[in-house]
Amino acid sequence: MEAQLQALKTEALEKIAAAANVKELNDVRVAYLGKKGPITDLLKSMGKLPAEERPKMGALVNVVREEVTTTLEERMVILEEEAINIKLQSETIDITLPGRPVRTGNPHPLTRVIEEIEDLFISMGYEIAEGPEVEKDYYNFEALNLPKGHPARDMQDSFYITEDILLRTHTSPVQARTMEAKGGEPIKIICPGKVYRRDNDDATHSHQFTQIEGLVIGEDIRMSDLKGTLSVFAKKMFGNDREIRLRPSFFPFTEPSVEMDISCFKCGGTGCNVCKKTGWIEILGAGMVHPNVLEMAGYDSKRLTGFAFGMGPERIAMLKYGVEDIRHFYTNDVRFLSQFQRTEV
Amino acid sequence: MLVSIKWLKEYVNTQELDPAELGEKITRSGIEVDAVIDRSHGMTNVVVGYVESCEKHPEADKLSICQVNVGEDGIQQIICGAPNIAAGQKVIVARPGAKLPGGIKIKKAKLRGEVSNGMICSLQELGIEGKLVPKAYAEGIYVLPENAEIGSDVVTNFDLDDTVLELGLTPNRADAMSMLGVAYEVGAILSEEVKLPEATYTEAAETAESMLTLNIDAPEANPLYVAKVIRNIEVKESPMWLQQRLMAAGVRPHNNVVDVTNFVLMEYGQPLHAFDYDSLKTGNITVRHAKQDEMITTLDDAERKLSPHHLVITNGKEPVALAGVMGGANSEVSDSTTTIVIESAYFASGSIRQTSKDHGLRSDASSRYEKGVDPNRVIPAAERAASLIAELAGGEVLAGSVIFDELEREEKIVKVRPDFINTRLGMKIPFEDMLEILERLKFKTEAANNQLIISVPTRRQDIQIEEDVVEEIARLYGYDEIPATLPETEARPGGLTPYQAKRRIVRHFLEGAGLLQATTYSLTSEKSAKQFALTETDTTRLLMPMSEERSILRQSLLPHLLDSVTYNTARRIDSVALYETGAVFLKTDEELSNEEEHLAIAMTGLWLDNSWQGEKKPVDFFVLKGIVEGLAEKLGVELTFERGQMDDLHPGRTAFIILDGQRIGVIGQLHPTEQKERDLKTTVVLELNLAALLELAADPLLYTPVSRYPSITRDIALVLSKIVEAGTIEKVIRTAGGKLLKDVRVFDLYEGDKMEAGKKSVAFTLTYFDPEKTLTDEEVVAVHDKVLKALTEVGAELRS
Ligand SMILES: [Zn+2]
Repeated sequence: MEAQLQALKTEALEKIAAAANVKELNDVRVAYLGKKGPITDLLKSMGKLPAEERPKMGALVNVVREEVTTTLEERMVILEEEAINIKLQSETIDITLPGRPVRTGNPHPLTRVIEEIEDLFISMGYEIAEGPEVEKDYYNFEALNLPKGHPARDMQDSFYITEDILLRTHTSPVQARTMEAKGGEPIKIICPGKVYRRDNDDATHSHQFTQIEGLVIGEDIRMSDLKGTLSVFAKKMFGNDREIRLRPSFFPFTEPSVEMDISCFKCGGTGCNVCKKTGWIEILGAGMVHPNVLEMAGYDSKRLTGFAFGMGPERIAMLKYGVEDIRHFYTNDVRFLSQFQRTEV
Repeated sequence: MLVSIKWLKEYVNTQELDPAELGEKITRSGIEVDAVIDRSHGMTNVVVGYVESCEKHPEADKLSICQVNVGEDGIQQIICGAPNIAAGQKVIVARPGAKLPGGIKIKKAKLRGEVSNGMICSLQELGIEGKLVPKAYAEGIYVLPENAEIGSDVVTNFDLDDTVLELGLTPNRADAMSMLGVAYEVGAILSEEVKLPEATYTEAAETAESMLTLNIDAPEANPLYVAKVIRNIEVKESPMWLQQRLMAAGVRPHNNVVDVTNFVLMEYGQPLHAFDYDSLKTGNITVRHAKQDEMITTLDDAERKLSPHHLVITNGKEPVALAGVMGGANSEVSDSTTTIVIESAYFASGSIRQTSKDHGLRSDASSRYEKGVDPNRVIPAAERAASLIAELAGGEVLAGSVIFDELEREEKIVKVRPDFINTRLGMKIPFEDMLEILERLKFKTEAANNQLIISVPTRRQDIQIEEDVVEEIARLYGYDEIPATLPETEARPGGLTPYQAKRRIVRHFLEGAGLLQATTYSLTSEKSAKQFALTETDTTRLLMPMSEERSILRQSLLPHLLDSVTYNTARRIDSVALYETGAVFLKTDEELSNEEEHLAIAMTGLWLDNSWQGEKKPVDFFVLKGIVEGLAEKLGVELTFERGQMDDLHPGRTAFIILDGQRIGVIGQLHPTEQKERDLKTTVVLELNLAALLELAADPLLYTPVSRYPSITRDIALVLSKIVEAGTIEKVIRTAGGKLLKDVRVFDLYEGDKMEAGKKSVAFTLTYFDPEKTLTDEEVVAVHDKVLKALTEVGAELRS
């Protein structure tokens, strides 16, 4: 009987080792350890043995059963792991295939530039003022020290609708309207918007374009305040190491009037194609608000002074992003627009 | 204004500054130098040659074989193609090895078998613009004066070794429209004195008044008129120096008389005109307003009809010049002229501007009058011209002038306190430095009672008020010296208005939904101005449009936005989703249009394109409707959709968008005919009065506690007549469901073959919920039965 037991054990261990998968191993378990298996049979047949042999034999059977069970469990762990591995392998995907696209749109490049400027000035305490695009000659010209027949009106050939109504040629009428509305109180505003001039559309001209202007009025506002403000703007928009320089210029609504150049952001001032070899790039026009403009809007120009500045988001976008043709901003080619998606910070 | 530096140096010492450096200084202190032009263009090896002989080339009709004496290297054979080449001429020769403008290099060559040792040049070949070359030489080579020295260098002998500064003048700096004005500016920058030109000539015994009478019938428009009479002149070509000065200044040389008037115009900024005395016939000059429909033929051979607001110079009978703008053909100086009248006058700017505008004529003269000439230069300019003509045309200047003078020419006094200047600038410029700058500007200044009392020279009519003086001081002191400070204003938070903030929210939402922001033009054509307009109003038309395509203000954004969609699809970008926000212009009874901010969306092609996973969804009405619904939710407004129709939209796939009972927008699919017209596939569009949406104040946001009690759902499938809309059924369900019915959603729609004709199946999920407690089965059954009953009553059939 003992020999029979040993033979059984050897046979079971062989079968365990031979089991190729979990199912075969489970079959082995049922075959050898199940209630109808040979080991159970052996235990049942122990009754036939003499009583003194029974404990010894019982212990022996238990040892064999333990050994078979342990070996089987160990084998089971291995086979289960193999089974999982096979399953995982069969589930492998091609991770180079494209993801399910999330549709994203983005702002127009001019909006991007305008909002960046707006946000900078908002952080310095400015409000955003807007006004009509169809404007009275009075606000567009007269209130800005440009009476009828003024030679500087030639600078901006306009689209008139009637003799007194026109498409605004700049966003400055918003300044005039704000001053009138504020009735002599201090002002700190940014005025963005569309403007129109009689120009034939080509790579550098557009009959419709955008402007963004700023106006500050208060007690003892000085030209140095203008310079400081523009310097902050230049650094924020074009990089911290930008320098600015002011050059004398002329606008009827400011006196003194200046143009602001920034040191070239591409070459840093040594000269390149962006700055036309000068090291400087013209960015905006500015000046101290002309006393006539203040007086016309009901301000006491002896007590309150101010500065104003204005620039073209198209020009800034063209410089910043290297856009070569102003018409791109109005053609809405998806291949153009969708390039202004990603962040720059 | 083109400023030859060689010419400038006759009036002011430029301290041997390199032209670029001088240009930079001028730019930094007030007048922008747009370009620095080297007149020599790096030319070398270009000399004076003498054409000893000139024969036709045997092999080529148009070529001549010339034997040219080029100086040291003796006689050289040169083939020349110019029609005006002839023996005995002094000509410009580019020798082999010469470099000409435009990178041209001259080499020894053979032309049809004949050797050519160089090239005989036209002025164009020396880099002079064709329109500036004297007419006689415009089509051929230039012929030098007889006294030109053979073999000498053309560049240095004829002032081509010069640099021209191109000034971009702002309208206030009319003073710099003259060489003298620029000299004063440069003098102020460099602290140099200005040397005025001389006018010396011997007067004849006879007086100008003995030959010419003068009547001014319009003294307000012409308060000063000076006429000089010069006789026995010989009209001929001007000397080289004068021709070169004019060409450098961008003026074409004609003859010595006309050239002198132009030269003095450039020198003083004072326009002059020369009349042929004999052609005047009457010995009289009368300045008056033109008669209605009076005619004049101007020097450009144009016949012009006049009216009383044009000022004319007449001979007492008929016009001989359009005052201050252009002379008349009937009194033009010609080769046979022997006696001339030189006019130097002050014409009021308004009158000249009107004349110049009406006739579309802008001349060097009119552009100066329009901006205002210096009243104190009218007489000196006349004298200077007389002196030059006497010198160059051999004439005899009659004694004195014929003159009418009622012109005020006092210097303007501007008083300003030094601390005013420093306060405005935020600087501390010492008083002495201010005085020194005013001295450099040649502004006579008295300092009294801590005040500067400044007499502004009449050439600087832009200096009127204290602030103008602030600018003069600052620009010459240097803007670099101004410190950088920030305004010391009351600290107030900046920010966007609620409207502006919501506009940005709309932008972010739409971009998050996958739309690209577009910008289109506001001006459009009559045809598209009203297409898709939400409100019926008249159109607003420009007085003088540049084209019909851009003549009317738009009343909707969609037409141009759809043009942009077509632009893209035409370039094989099949899926396009664009939005735009901007003003539309609605005409009102008020002076100004009502500008309404709109939002437009246009979408075509695929909405979802993930083809390798089998997901492909074209845009349709519901994609766009979902975006609008999402936007409304974001803004906290309730929009409803009402079936409607609009031209160019699909009659069965269009809805109006309603806010508080007001129609504020339209959403729909383009009509197939419109789609075809625009070369588009299925395209859905939205035009919405965005302002109406943004002007509404949103309710404050309050949190609702999340309920602990579960909700219970029931699905029902209904068979409906095809014409019954889901929205109608939903209303029935909601009404019947009452408070416990929390939500109703369509989850299935079937209109296929398995349905009876004219029927469809719509399935809804109903969610019941009581925030106070867990609903019991009985409660749900009770309310659900009510719903079912209501549905049966409206003819909906429960599908098993
Ligand atoms: Zn650069």
